[in-house]
Amino acid sequence: MSKQKFNPLPGFRLTVGFSVLYLSLLVLIPLGALALRASSLTWAEFWKYTTTPRAIAAYKLTFGASFVAASINALFGTLLAWVLVRYWFPCKRLVDALVDIPFALPTAVAGLTLSSLFAPNGWLGKFLVPLGIHGAYSKFGVVIALTFVSLPFVVRTLQPVIEGLELEIEEAAATLGASRFRTFTRIVFPTLFPTIVTGFAMAFARAIGEYGSVIFISTNKIGDGEIAPSVIFSYLENYQYGAAMAVAVVLLVASFLLLAVINLLERWASHYQT
Amino acid sequence: MAAQTVKRSALRKSHRGSEESKVTRVVLTVVALLFAGLFLLLPLVNVFYQAFSGGVRWYFESIRDPDTLSAIKLTLTIAAISVPLNLVFGLAASWAIAKFEFRGKSLLLTLIDLPFAVSPVVAGLIFVVLFGRSGYFGEWLDSHDIKIIFAVPGMVLATTFVTFPFVARELIPVMQATGSEQEQAALTLGASGWKTFWHVTLPSVKWGLIYGVILCNARAMGEFGAVSVVSGHITGMTDTLPLRVEKLHNGGSMGAASSAFAVASLLALLALITLGIKTILEWKTARAHEQAQRATVDDTQLPFTSSDAPK
Repeated sequence: MSKQKFNPLPGFRLTVGFSVLYLSLLVLIPLGALALRASSLTWAEFWKYTTTPRAIAAYKLTFGASFVAASINALFGTLLAWVLVRYWFPCKRLVDALVDIPFALPTAVAGLTLSSLFAPNGWLGKFLVPLGIHGAYSKFGVVIALTFVSLPFVVRTLQPVIEGLELEIEEAAATLGASRFRTFTRIVFPTLFPTIVTGFAMAFARAIGEYGSVIFISTNKIGDGEIAPSVIFSYLENYQYGAAMAVAVVLLVASFLLLAVINLLERWASHYQT
Repeated sequence: MAAQTVKRSALRKSHRGSEESKVTRVVLTVVALLFAGLFLLLPLVNVFYQAFSGGVRWYFESIRDPDTLSAIKLTLTIAAISVPLNLVFGLAASWAIAKFEFRGKSLLLTLIDLPFAVSPVVAGLIFVVLFGRSGYFGEWLDSHDIKIIFAVPGMVLATTFVTFPFVARELIPVMQATGSEQEQAALTLGASGWKTFWHVTLPSVKWGLIYGVILCNARAMGEFGAVSVVSGHITGMTDTLPLRVEKLHNGGSMGAASSAFAVASLLALLALITLGIKTILEWKTARAHEQAQRATVDDTQLPFTSSDAPK
């Protein structure tokens, strides 16, 4: 700290000034403008817009499908992270690189290809549709798209933590007579749990804002298959700015609350890491 | 360092107590790979398969379509403006945050992440609220005949907003890790601030910088929701590649469907190139890290660790 007081490096004012200016112009002022504009709605209007049956059905689908998608990723993402860190198998590095596909692949492409895979004549739909499983143009499709876009979060948050686990502790447990299953449930899992929850929350946060991939795979029917961002989009297209802003505020508040929760979770998880 | 060496050798040697039975390992690996294959590999392969389902000639005809070519041009133009803007911001913000202590630093760090928490559609909406016809500056813009919403400037703004954190986020930890001793040494030796930045700071953070830029670029070229809100969807004018994919997909005919995949395959290719560069960079930094570690081990603990130091 004392070193910082006599910091001889130049450019502090320039860089902080520019950063704050750019952040304000691009992010803070526009977000503030939305908040200001939305606050010109009366409470009655705000309540009316945000609690229409259409909006409520959209929240249910957005939060419900995101929750299911994040849960799928918590389970399989943990498994994938474990397998990638602890085991050896052919093409392991390739699989590891593939985990980032959902980050790199544009969401429109993801939605397009997923809906074609699960369509009745698609590679997966061919087998699933006769069984009555409709992956394309259904609510299940929304879950599939959200699972895809939020897949990397659990794996990527968990990998470094699994790498950092002390093998000695597991060996000690084995030496003391614990079965591998018992060691896992009593020692490994409790250590990983806070990180899994953090990854789950990140995946959930990513999923509730998602738009591009979902509109390709959902029916997008009003009240059934519409997610909250689609509702905002559709209000905007019809120049219903008040309604669009009201639903957007609900979505923004949910996202910011989640951001705060994720920050707390990260702090909690860091206590468990050595 | 010593702990790392021990851990690595422990991994190589017997570790009965910390390993599952062979059956469990195989079952877990197979389930994990099935999940990865189903959700990661299959969608990707399907893009290219569907793109060529109408034949190679149709593929290239779809891409040579004038409306698609104009979408390619617009996508490149928007990225060419948004990415450098966020690069300059990333450099400034990471210099301030990594090299100095100041009040509000953690607030600034949190605010940089803000655009990640905003749904793309909402990101588009905030610019409609500002610059749309009934927005704050709508009338003024109208009377001066400046179009932002439903035109390219709005699309650039929306793209810059959603890609805002990428470079800064990658650079801040890298710059924090390198510290500021080298810069201080350069300044003591009489180098100017700019010279120090160009010749000392920039080379030491270059991999992190490139990493941030390619991620930022991938998102800028692939952004859909935010751009869709402010685009106006004028074919041949304000369609980017992702918007073009949607329009072709909604076109309905069989030919349009495979054209949609042909255009999508360009974006998928961009994703693969991005991942390729990312993997190479990670491999490079891991190797540099290992070399640095080996050097410190050799320097400081030579008599004690020469026998068990990593090869």
